[in-house]
Amino acid sequence: MEYIPLNFPFLAAALLAGISFYIIIFRKNLIKLIMGVGMMSSGVNLFLVALGYRAGGNVPIYTDVPEGPMVLSVPQALTLTSIVINVAVLALMLSMVINVYRHTGSLDSEKSRKMKG
Amino acid sequence: MATLITHSPILIIAIPLVTAFLTPLIGMANRKVRDALVIVSLAFVVVLVFALARDVVINGIRVYTLGATSPDLTIPTGFMVPVRIILEVDGMSIFMGIIWSIVSLAAAIFSLSHIASETGQNRFYTLLLLMVAGGFGMMFTGDLFNLFVFLEIASISGAALIAFRIKFADTQEGGFKYIVISAIASLMVLFAIGLLYAQYNLLNIGAIAQVIQYTTLDKIALALLLIAFTMKAGMVPLHLWFPDAYSVAPASITGMLVITSHACMYAAFRVCFTLYGSMLDAPVAGWILIVFGLLSMFIGVTMAVFQKDVMRFMSYHAISQLGYMWVGVGVGLAVLGNAEFIAAYGRDAMSGGIFHILNHAMYKPLLFFTGGALFHCTGTRDLTKMGGLAHKMKWTTILYIIGTLSISGIPPLNGFSSKILIYESVYQFHPILTITGIITSILTLASFTKAFHSAFMGAELPEYKEVKEVPRSMVIAMVILAAGIVFITLFPSLVVDWTIHPAADALIDQEAYITAVMGAIP
Repeated sequence: MEYIPLNFPFLAAALLAGISFYIIIFRKNLIKLIMGVGMMSSGVNLFLVALGYRAGGNVPIYTDVPEGPMVLSVPQALTLTSIVINVAVLALMLSMVINVYRHTGSLDSEKSRKMKG
Repeated sequence: MATLITHSPILIIAIPLVTAFLTPLIGMANRKVRDALVIVSLAFVVVLVFALARDVVINGIRVYTLGATSPDLTIPTGFMVPVRIILEVDGMSIFMGIIWSIVSLAAAIFSLSHIASETGQNRFYTLLLLMVAGGFGMMFTGDLFNLFVFLEIASISGAALIAFRIKFADTQEGGFKYIVISAIASLMVLFAIGLLYAQYNLLNIGAIAQVIQYTTLDKIALALLLIAFTMKAGMVPLHLWFPDAYSVAPASITGMLVITSHACMYAAFRVCFTLYGSMLDAPVAGWILIVFGLLSMFIGVTMAVFQKDVMRFMSYHAISQLGYMWVGVGVGLAVLGNAEFIAAYGRDAMSGGIFHILNHAMYKPLLFFTGGALFHCTGTRDLTKMGGLAHKMKWTTILYIIGTLSISGIPPLNGFSSKILIYESVYQFHPILTITGIITSILTLASFTKAFHSAFMGAELPEYKEVKEVPRSMVIAMVILAAGIVFITLFPSLVVDWTIHPAADALIDQEAYITAVMGAIP
């Protein structure tokens, strides 16, 4: 794994977050918006996992630890929690979009808007 | 009793959580038993919160370490730093806890008849109790990641509750906006937590506060946390989703959502005062809160003046009232680190801001409940279509008047006592803050008078011949909150001494918060 420059995962995470921000702000389609939120959570999760990575480290599942550094386990626990939460959020969003579509017949955020001012 | 108080921080979170998953089971068998279970568990939580509050005021900060052999064993043997999840209840946390327990009990009672005609009531109460647990978790936790988890629990259940009445199109739109905002805000919080963890290998607020350096990464983390929490609290200019989401929810839920806004506000204060505290560039951060607080006050109220939807109108007022608290506590933050100014007016400004949280948490849910009562009886939220309802709904009218007088800061009601505290203290910081505050207050009174006139006054309208007073449980819920207003009006100094000053001191005294987790600093 030492072929990957150490900063690479962080750049990828920043790129994912940036693209998803663009999608969330500028895209009109509600499903695309949800995909943006999903991408943003992937970016943050990638960032968390990359934080705890140590080049050539052991997997943090041993009780009898082999020689060498160990990959940090706390960020992985955080990431797992965050993934579970995001699944719930995305499912809830999708179910709401289904209802929005039933009521308004459109997924365009400009056309399905009822409330202004 | 002593054991109960020792374990009360976790019990206050766990009881609603357990009840949340019991309600669908019991609800399948019997509706009455389910309702009783919800009310009794929330009432028990109120009792626990008050017992814990008394204990915190007398004995100081209470910590509860989850999974440790004894609750006060914050740092396990052989470790230098806390590794377990720690709940830390200080004056400010328990102050928010008192508000949340009372409002959630009132909201549950209000829901009994407010959603009586809806389907899926078992799930409604499950979500409501989950939201209660999430809110308490946000207020009591001493751990950053735990804060994120509870923030998500409160937001997901909140969004589902906003969209609960799926037969209306606008509820779906409001709920969707709320969940998108919540998802973005909580991902920003998580990113900031990652930045802090990368530098200090810690997640506990007190432990990070001890070693924080205020590096560039810390500043980015601070910006992310503040943007996320102020967005969720509905501060201008990130308020556009706020009236959309709050006006369409069932009225009982809107009352609770106001308090989740306060909980996010509490989290922002916790980050500024406790996590960064003495390392913070306090005048800059304070001024940012003050400027956006002023904008919230003014823009909120001017937008409210020409609203026709009663709930939307009150939502804009909520934004405006939240501005007072940002300004009050922002002034305290701006002079943090200068003991002379803190003593002269900083502590009073913060007390005023925090006192206003309590007052707002009593009268705003009350007003939202009266708005819900109007919707319940007339089937519309449009103020122009209502009229003459004072003839039929005497209780609602009286309670609406109490709420109106209180929100406009008419002496001697409680809204006046907190506003005068803010006006007097922030005047010494900068006179413009007081002037904006008074103008906002006048506009508030004007718009509430207009709404009162169009909903309650005038001759009886023929289409509302059949309207009756709202069911008893809704009246009881509103009376609970009105009783809170009357109590604060009658005994302001008692309330200030027992809840407000401990809360303000808890925010100012960062050292005590750190010591409670890390032990005395050698």
